[in-house]
Amino acid sequence: MSQTQWEVVIGLEVHAQLNTASKIFSAASTAFGAEPNRQACGVDLALPGVLPVLNRGAVERAIRFGLAIGGRVAEKSIFARKNYFYPDLPKGYQISQFERPVVEGGTLTLRVGEGDKAYEKRVRLTRAHLEEDAGKSLHEDFHGMSGIDLNRAGTPLLEIVSEPDMRSSAEAVAYAKALHGLVRWIDICDGNMQEGSFRCDANVSVRPRGQEAFGTRREIKNLNSFRFLQQAIDYEVQWQINEIEEGRAIQQATVLFDPDSGATRMMRSKEDAHDYRYFPDPDLLPLVIPSTWIEEVKAALPELPAALAARFQSDFGLSAYDATTLTASRETGQFYLDTVAAAGAANAKLCANWIMGDLAARLNKAERDVADSPVSPIQLAGLVIRIADNTVSNAIAKKIFEALWQGEGASADEIIDTQGLKQVTDSGAIEALVDEVLAANPKSVEEFRAGKEKAFNALVGQVMKASKGKANPAQVNELLRRKLGA
Amino acid sequence: MSLTPEVVRHVAKLAHIAMDADEEKATRDKLEGIFALIEAMQAVDTTGVEPMSHPQDIAQRLRPDVVSEPDRRDAYQSVAPQTADGLYLVPRVIE
Repeated sequence: MSQTQWEVVIGLEVHAQLNTASKIFSAASTAFGAEPNRQACGVDLALPGVLPVLNRGAVERAIRFGLAIGGRVAEKSIFARKNYFYPDLPKGYQISQFERPVVEGGTLTLRVGEGDKAYEKRVRLTRAHLEEDAGKSLHEDFHGMSGIDLNRAGTPLLEIVSEPDMRSSAEAVAYAKALHGLVRWIDICDGNMQEGSFRCDANVSVRPRGQEAFGTRREIKNLNSFRFLQQAIDYEVQWQINEIEEGRAIQQATVLFDPDSGATRMMRSKEDAHDYRYFPDPDLLPLVIPSTWIEEVKAALPELPAALAARFQSDFGLSAYDATTLTASRETGQFYLDTVAAAGAANAKLCANWIMGDLAARLNKAERDVADSPVSPIQLAGLVIRIADNTVSNAIAKKIFEALWQGEGASADEIIDTQGLKQVTDSGAIEALVDEVLAANPKSVEEFRAGKEKAFNALVGQVMKASKGKANPAQVNELLRRKLGA
Repeated sequence: MSLTPEVVRHVAKLAHIAMDADEEKATRDKLEGIFALIEAMQAVDTTGVEPMSHPQDIAQRLRPDVVSEPDRRDAYQSVAPQTADGLYLVPRVIE
């Protein structure tokens, strides 16, 4: 059976560290990068007699998320103990939510792919629940011992669980990116994947196309980049198909992805690893969220990416693809809004092209974020206006953009003035250039008359060159054709 | 309900409790007593009764998101069996 006869089924569990100042159940700092155990207090260490006290900021962020995905924020949810033994979990259990999570349901709409092949996809969310992060184990050289750093222990996490709605690694990556964009948009998580603020587990299975029952799944743990997510799923899918085609059944398992080999491998699995014996945590009372609080959070929520993208389409006539790209982050959306505000709605599409094209490429090259772009929205708008009114050609505009980036002038107009880049639209001046070029290139003229269209382009190029790029290309075209009697 | 010795051993293993044969037998008897109690309770019709998650009918108090814990690593580590470079050392564990 070939791969096309198999259908891939993927569900994702994402652990997003909430960007609170203090931990979920203690008043220790959550700041990243402190010396080991400097931010691990008695509660985080599970010293005898300590009690957890829930952080209002963590709950508030969970509410924000629930509202942003259109889920139900539970009026009453409860905390449970998830029991397992590991040294970076000093209590012997993780405080999590099991039976009644803080958020249930909701959907995320994403665009998958690019250009003509792009399509819209709705992914349903199962739930999102609050829990505490564990510490870190370091297995390097400590004379045969493991070192434990509990700074991370107790950092608030929102575990976001999707339904098994994704059908390819591309869809899984699009979902993870959309979710990553959303948690940053509503400012509940910094999204820093290198620091582990946003970690993905992927549940992957395959089934013969057309079959309703799911195949047996394997869970790939702790994928901390979108590239690894894609690679791990692609490898795992191929592995599962091979296994089944060779007559072996898939066993449910937890696997790890090794970025060096590009392969997934089974974790040494303790047979009872999944027997967590959840029960309600007697140290914590039920979490009650009054509707007044939900309303308050709702009122303070920013316009969401999907709503802003819809507005970009209806108000500015952008394509769905452009609108989604420009709402990938709140900063990009704001940059676009500011640029259009200064350049005028008539130039909205041109603004979009510049932000997604030259600006994005330049930012990428300089490894800078749009929020600290050296070219401001006002400056970019000034440039767009001069392209739109034919003061400069597109080629010259690129030069001006680079000059703005380098800080060679405060505005496009200033650079056009000081560097003499104004497009020549005086037809007399262009005509003189055209005559010069025609006289100097009799061979090209002859070839063109003999029917070679290429020769015409060469002549246009010569005129543009003679004008140092400042002639209006449309005018040059027209004049040349007239002179050549074409 | 009767518990098999295997189930008792499994639960003991999950809880990291070592048991000899006598303890296993005693534990099994006690657990069976608890299960008998649960069975008696399950005979009660609880249709329409909201499951109780906590014996006290009050809500969780919330704490403002403020850092107020000082760094007390030195004090905590002075009672730890073994530390190095600020880390707590434990018998080697590899997943």
